[in-house]
Amino acid sequence: MSLSSTSKIADLLEKNETELLRNWLTELEASGLRRDDLMRSTELNQQCHEFLRMFRSAAQHENFSDVQAPEWGSVRQLLTDISRDRAQQGFTPSEVATFIFSLKKPLFDQLKRELAQQNDLLIDSIWTVTDVLDQLGLWTTEVFQQTREKVILRQQQELLELSTPVVKLWEGILALPMIGTLDSARTQVVMETLLQQIVETGSQVVVIDITGVPTVDTLVAQYLLKTVEAARLMGTDCIISGIRPQIAQTIVHLGLDLSGVITKATLADAFAIALKKRQLTIVSKASQSV
Amino acid sequence: MERIPILQMGQFLLVTIQVDMHDRLALALQDDLTNRIVKTSASGVLIDISSLEIVDSFIGRVLGNIATVSQLLGAETVVVGMQPAIAITLVELGLSLSGVRTAANVDTGMRLLQTVLGVPFHGGLNANP
Amino acid sequence: MVRQKVRAQTVALGFGLVDQTKIVTAASELARNTLDYGGGGSVTLEVLESDQRVGLSLKFTDQGAGIANIELALQNGYTTGGGLGLGLGGAKRLMHEFEITSEVGKGTCVTTVRWRQQS
Repeated sequence: MSLSSTSKIADLLEKNETELLRNWLTELEASGLRRDDLMRSTELNQQCHEFLRMFRSAAQHENFSDVQAPEWGSVRQLLTDISRDRAQQGFTPSEVATFIFSLKKPLFDQLKRELAQQNDLLIDSIWTVTDVLDQLGLWTTEVFQQTREKVILRQQQELLELSTPVVKLWEGILALPMIGTLDSARTQVVMETLLQQIVETGSQVVVIDITGVPTVDTLVAQYLLKTVEAARLMGTDCIISGIRPQIAQTIVHLGLDLSGVITKATLADAFAIALKKRQLTIVSKASQSV
Repeated sequence: MERIPILQMGQFLLVTIQVDMHDRLALALQDDLTNRIVKTSASGVLIDISSLEIVDSFIGRVLGNIATVSQLLGAETVVVGMQPAIAITLVELGLSLSGVRTAANVDTGMRLLQTVLGVPFHGGLNANP
Repeated sequence: MVRQKVRAQTVALGFGLVDQTKIVTAASELARNTLDYGGGGSVTLEVLESDQRVGLSLKFTDQGAGIANIELALQNGYTTGGGLGLGLGGAKRLMHEFEITSEVGKGTCVTTVRWRQQS
């Protein structure tokens, strides 16, 4: 029974491709999916044509239950490309999925016509088609999501690079002004960049300024301690500055021990200490001439 | 058995580790250094690990031991040139080498030793009036 | 030696320098345990690949005395062999996944994985 429904569908796709394509396009238009503002109609025609062709050849294998199977590879690839393009063109995920779902009606119409006398077979076939088109529709959504996720990931990385500049304050003195919330992935990058910069510049003192960090929890504090520790192993002193009153209180509340670290309220204070460590002094010209 | 060479520079001993340190080699270095400190009555030891690719807890412990033993024998130890990746790994490992002095390179390490020991600085390049 | 093999594999998989160092160090700690406490054993490297990520799995097996109290053995500073007691716990901190099974008198098996940072 099920076998004959699958062969019926394959057969039908083979015979009525042109008609299907025409009906599908009408359906797409009716569902408002023809977004002439986002893509040309010839492109849509092309994609529908291509899809039907591949759908037909995949259908020859009569395996409709699992679209992850190898014979559906080229269909999946095509949908991946389409979905990715549309994600970039600015379509919504439902618009992309509707592209597939709108094929249901034309296909059902044909099945109804062909199998008018065979009710059981008709129901079977409709079920098979629904199943496979649903799977393919979900596939497009999945790809759509993946494409979006990639964009987000890229933006995150760009943000990461933007938000962790290591600046040189003076010969042998580096500063790391940290801004925003710290999570473990970001902290690792920050830590590595800072330590790499220490080596490259041969700096002996580093000021880590956390004025722009809204909250310090146990994890962030631990990370700060680790960075200070690692810098010390490389022969560099660390000063933490910009600890705001409420953060200082949090640190006390959490019972964290920052006693091994030099801490200062402001970047200016920390810079003064750093200069002192390098045995440098800043002298005002006015006081010098008096 | 291969051994890591120890160079003498004035009252300091300089060790540059350029090979992959396996455990026996590290222990041999500890013995050799101890003997050399006694023989030369050196007041400072510089250990350059800038070309070392990993420091695990064993090598870390040997470095710490060297520092402690030399101190008992009247010499200060400075470990110089640790790579960032190794520093991060050691901290993650939970090994902070708290008893060991560190410096960025041999030059700053030498200066640190001189400051710690209160020896006048006589490096030709950096001599200040 | 284990270190070079692991290093070569991490380089081949495109791990960053810090990750390489962490994995090699963890391998070195575990290999030492296998030798010192397990009386020697075997190491298996395995590349793990899934849709999203790539990782390296290290498996250390020995037929030594085994560990009676794994929780205690993982604690910092606990050692039965005169070391620092950082090897096992430290290796765990350096890796992403860490699994240890042991039976007293039969041996110990440690499997550990580190995933590559997504690029």
